[in-house]
Amino acid sequence: MAIVLRDVVKRYTDRDGTSIAAVDGLTLEVPDGVCLGLLGPNGAGKSTTMRLLTAQSRADEGTINVLGHDIPREAKQARALMGVVPQTDNLDEELTARQNLEVFARLYRVPRAGVRAAVDRALEIAHLTGRADARADKLSGGMRRRLLVARGLVHSPRLVLLDEPTVGLDPQVRADLWGLIAALRASGVTVLMSTHYIEEAERLADTCALMSRGRVIATGSPAELIADHAGDRVEEHEGPPERLAEVEGLAHRAGLPTRRTGPTVSVLRAERIPPSLADNLANGDRVVRRAANLEDVFVMLTGETVD
Amino acid sequence: MTDHLKVFEWAPVRGVWRRELALFRRYWASSSFASIIEPTIYLLAFGFGFGSLVGHVAGYRYVDFVGTGVVATATLFTSVFPGMFNTYIRRTYQHSYDAVLAAPVDVHEVVAGEASWIAVKSGVYSCAPILVSLAFGLRPHAGVVAVPIFTVLTASGFALFGIWASTVVPSINSFDYIISGVLAPLFLVAGTFFPISGLPHWAHPIAHVNPLYHCVELVRHAVFGFHPLADLGHVGALLVFAALMWFLAVRGMRRRLID
Ligand SMILES: Nc1ncnc2c1ncn2[C@@H]1O[C@H](COP(=O)(O)OP(=O)(O)OP(=O)(O)O)[C@@H](O)[C@H]1O
Ligand SMILES: [Mg+2]
Repeated sequence: MAIVLRDVVKRYTDRDGTSIAAVDGLTLEVPDGVCLGLLGPNGAGKSTTMRLLTAQSRADEGTINVLGHDIPREAKQARALMGVVPQTDNLDEELTARQNLEVFARLYRVPRAGVRAAVDRALEIAHLTGRADARADKLSGGMRRRLLVARGLVHSPRLVLLDEPTVGLDPQVRADLWGLIAALRASGVTVLMSTHYIEEAERLADTCALMSRGRVIATGSPAELIADHAGDRVEEHEGPPERLAEVEGLAHRAGLPTRRTGPTVSVLRAERIPPSLADNLANGDRVVRRAANLEDVFVMLTGETVD
Repeated sequence: MTDHLKVFEWAPVRGVWRRELALFRRYWASSSFASIIEPTIYLLAFGFGFGSLVGHVAGYRYVDFVGTGVVATATLFTSVFPGMFNTYIRRTYQHSYDAVLAAPVDVHEVVAGEASWIAVKSGVYSCAPILVSLAFGLRPHAGVVAVPIFTVLTASGFALFGIWASTVVPSINSFDYIISGVLAPLFLVAGTFFPISGLPHWAHPIAHVNPLYHCVELVRHAVFGFHPLADLGHVGALLVFAALMWFLAVRGMRRRLID
């Protein structure tokens, strides 16, 4: 196992003295060579989990092990073996792209003779070779994010923590980063990636852990999670509120789960709609039939919405 | 290679230095200009303006007295301000230390890197007033070569004090309290521009707990002749100050960076 978290609790005390558990009994295992998507809405505790793994946060309860090293006792050893791409951009704006990477190559103990090659390789991964000597504050948002990723890879780590790697990026840059992450996984690097983009998890993750209120509420491959919790097909009905309530009533009586999405109601496990109900349910509504997805699962399990 | 990382490693310190050197290549000209011009102005204004009234102070030419005093004030300001502002900005606005601490780097190594860079730069630049004083007729003893040791030592303590202060203030504006409430008195009650013997008696003990006073004494003695026993005491005081500030700075940064 690359990462093992057991019954981990992390509490924060607010200014007014109320204590909240950002991570609340989290148990999670990430096998070697797997890309695990940590999926959860804002405030679920994804970033806190990442900080616990680098010992920048200290757990109040539970045990953590990263690449065979107990955290926080052997955290320095573990940090040498992993790369971290944080949610908030913390590049050194006064330095160029190359200098940012050089500093971290040293911090990650890349031997002096190998620094140049390591930096060149990281620049290439991030498609920044042509902008190597541009100051970080002169790079576009997408370039900065790629540089941030490259910085976490400069020492060729065995394990990479990516905290919402594509948030706020345009579709092209996002697709580009997806390619990069897929390539990492293909080369055998273990990836723990948090995201609240369903699509990202579906595309990249071998396994997903759905996180809500500081704990994991379901794990499995995207396909397993969908099959287990949302079935195969979904029927989305559009109509006035009374009609939506009626559809919900009909579906529930037939034992089918539903979820509201703005002006529509989705009937999950639509493949199980009995023929007797089908006509009644269709009844002139505008109906969209689609495959079930992870978002259906998420909303089913948490009642929370995600992007 | 990374199998046995020790509690204190030099790699993080070198990493911080690498960054600072990259920046220094950009701003060395302006820093060097300021470090020469400022003491020149002080010497012109105090040395000639005031010196024409005073002539001699505590047995020294006033212009020499000021020239050596300015070494200490330069040490203070070029170490404590970067310690306060740079580390505050890098911690709270740029989140640089969060990035660094995700690598195999611990808080005390970050503090060592930042403080040592500031101390060496400050300590070296603070010797500039001696050079300027030479042009104003200063004829130093051979001990003058020891001045950088004393300025680096003093700057270490004040850089660490600044780093500690940056972890104590609730916002960047609160540095005003430290500047007016702590630094200004330190600056004035140190024997830089006038001897502390000119101060009322109750102020003398205050001067003795002022690290800057010990720096001023050491610099003057290096330039005009050592007083071995007293100077050992002054070095000791500066070592104690730096050690205490190291402890506070590391503890403060740890509290702010690790939750
Ligand atoms: N240093 C802190 N002090 C107090 N509360 C904190 C601190 N860090 C996190 N929290 C709280 O812990 C909870 C989990 O935060 P965390 O940042 O881990 O969530 P997240 O899943 O990463 O969310 P997002 O998707 O918004 O990044 C939130 O309620 C947050 O307000
Ligand atoms: Mg987060």
